[in-house]
Amino acid sequence: MTFYLLLLCRFSLGMVVGHGVRCLSQLAELPELHQMMRQTCRDYAQKELAPIAAQLDKDHRFPAKQVQELGAMGVMAVEVPESLGGAGMDYLAYCLAVEELSRGCASTGVIVSVNNSLYLGPILKFGTEEQKKQWITPFTTGEKVGCFALSEPGNGSDAGAASTLAQREGDEWVLNGTKAWITNCWDASATVVFATTDKSLKHKGISAFLVPMPHPGLSLGKKEDKLGIRASSTANIILEDCRIPLGNMLGERGMGFKIAMQTLDSGRLGIAAQALGIAQAALDCAADYAHKRTAFGAPIGKLQAIQFKLADMALATESARLLTWRAAMLRDAKKPFTKEAAMAKLAASEAATFVSHQAIQVLGGMGYVTDMPAERHYRDARITEIYEGTSEIQRLVIANNILKEYQQ
Amino acid sequence: MSARVLVGVKRVIDYAVKIRVKPDRTGVVTDGVKHSMNPFCEIAVEEAVKLKEKKLVKEVVAVSCGPQQVQETIRTALAMGADRGIHVEVSGKDYETLGPLQVSKILAALAKKEQADLIILGKQAIDDDCNQTGQMTAALLDWPQGTFASEVNIEADKLKVVREIDGGLETIKINLPAVVTADLRLNTPRYATLPNIMKAKKKKIANVKPADLGVDVSSRLEVLKVDEPPQRQAGVKVETVHDLVGKLKEAGRI
Repeated sequence: MTFYLLLLCRFSLGMVVGHGVRCLSQLAELPELHQMMRQTCRDYAQKELAPIAAQLDKDHRFPAKQVQELGAMGVMAVEVPESLGGAGMDYLAYCLAVEELSRGCASTGVIVSVNNSLYLGPILKFGTEEQKKQWITPFTTGEKVGCFALSEPGNGSDAGAASTLAQREGDEWVLNGTKAWITNCWDASATVVFATTDKSLKHKGISAFLVPMPHPGLSLGKKEDKLGIRASSTANIILEDCRIPLGNMLGERGMGFKIAMQTLDSGRLGIAAQALGIAQAALDCAADYAHKRTAFGAPIGKLQAIQFKLADMALATESARLLTWRAAMLRDAKKPFTKEAAMAKLAASEAATFVSHQAIQVLGGMGYVTDMPAERHYRDARITEIYEGTSEIQRLVIANNILKEYQQ
Repeated sequence: MSARVLVGVKRVIDYAVKIRVKPDRTGVVTDGVKHSMNPFCEIAVEEAVKLKEKKLVKEVVAVSCGPQQVQETIRTALAMGADRGIHVEVSGKDYETLGPLQVSKILAALAKKEQADLIILGKQAIDDDCNQTGQMTAALLDWPQGTFASEVNIEADKLKVVREIDGGLETIKINLPAVVTADLRLNTPRYATLPNIMKAKKKKIANVKPADLGVDVSSRLEVLKVDEPPQRQAGVKVETVHDLVGKLKEAGRI
């Protein structure tokens, strides 16, 4: 008996120690499963996305075929359990997938990220079993994508000031208002919309709703003509007497703000991963050019000025990557990760803009023309410091957490 | 059909890597160099998995010979849809000198042991370009072979194989059990899906030693030296066909 108790204790201790050791060693080297997954996404991105990324950007074209192929691979619903049609993998795997895909095409990266984190994420966490079957399963295959409607023309960072109204009329909710900057909306078949059910309660009066697209009372504004990530559609969603059944409320009444904030906590890791992919692609481009371009009688990679740039670019990217992995691992271990996620998103997005800026500098004139992808990385990078929480908001989140830690 | 397919997969230096010869000229640098599954082996795995999906075969077994690292290659085959793997442990000097003769002996022994009905291999490996293993395996087993296959169909108890040959395409019908080697146009290998990568982790890889199969892996060949191909020289422009013929004669080419 004692022997078996001892065995049980050793086993439990082993699990605790093993778990901690596994987490640490994951930062040093990914587990085999994650390596295989990363390789498959990298292969796909390099063979199927990278060759068409420039044209997709030029045509502002949604990569429907590729999204379907990614759906078949399970990448459109990485964290969704297999019972609902997803891949049933963890968030670290998801971040790896988004980074590798974004390295090939940043627009495809954000399409995948929005579907996974911003659309499927909240439904997975807050939806009823019935809602999950209806709103998750059809969106795992790549046939349909979803979007997330929080921002409005009057408020982005100030999410609590939502002015889109939801009024109950009999057995329906009636939505009225305008949502702005909604990624994927022209290609989406459903959206998670945030509207206020009680303005007097301010942010505690916001609720979340599921609306199919197209739907009477829901119309789309013109596609924004963006600086970058042009293959993904961005537009306003206009709600005019948009009627949905009561069963379309996600979570409890008044829970909307909490749902939005928790969703964005995770979503910002997806964006961090996208930014890492852009940074890595820009670094790939610059390093390759440094080998090939000769000036002053040798490849420019021999010049210290270029070497210092490459070193700084690699450092920024790798640091942000470790922050992203750590935040994802904390989330997977169900530990608090808000501060780390904000740090990851901030670091990765600033790395993306820094690295892509320097990549153009390394390429010189060639960096300024569309013959090389450097200019596209530069344009794609910029949005990562803005959406899913501006860099300023990330700093507020980090500061708030630090001050809490040091509470007197 | 109770068919069991054996698919051979080889771990080779990735096709995109620039090959460098070792300073001692005994081989090429493999340490720290990216390796992946031989592209023709990927096509072989894909074909086997497709046959399974069409319910023409029951089980796909992926086999690889080499050191610990080849398990990654076997796992890739499992992630593509193979059911289980066999890792034939060969390492050190034996691995350096491992070639088609030894591998075909191993595959023949495994085919008998596993009671395989079909062996699918890549037509050749991109590192040694031998193009021998499939043919040798068939000879050792006294099985028919369909090499350079660009199309494979099972019709009743026979295999219809369309082969890519110098003159065009040749269609043959061979009895099962048989050996098929895959050529480039046989199929387009699938990307491993995430659920399959997850499932691959649970699939079994058995470990076997060549001695267990009664195979002697000592090489009959000795590599004397390995050199880089000569640097490509600049060409010469000529004005007339007459000049061209003259230059070719000069160079001893005709």
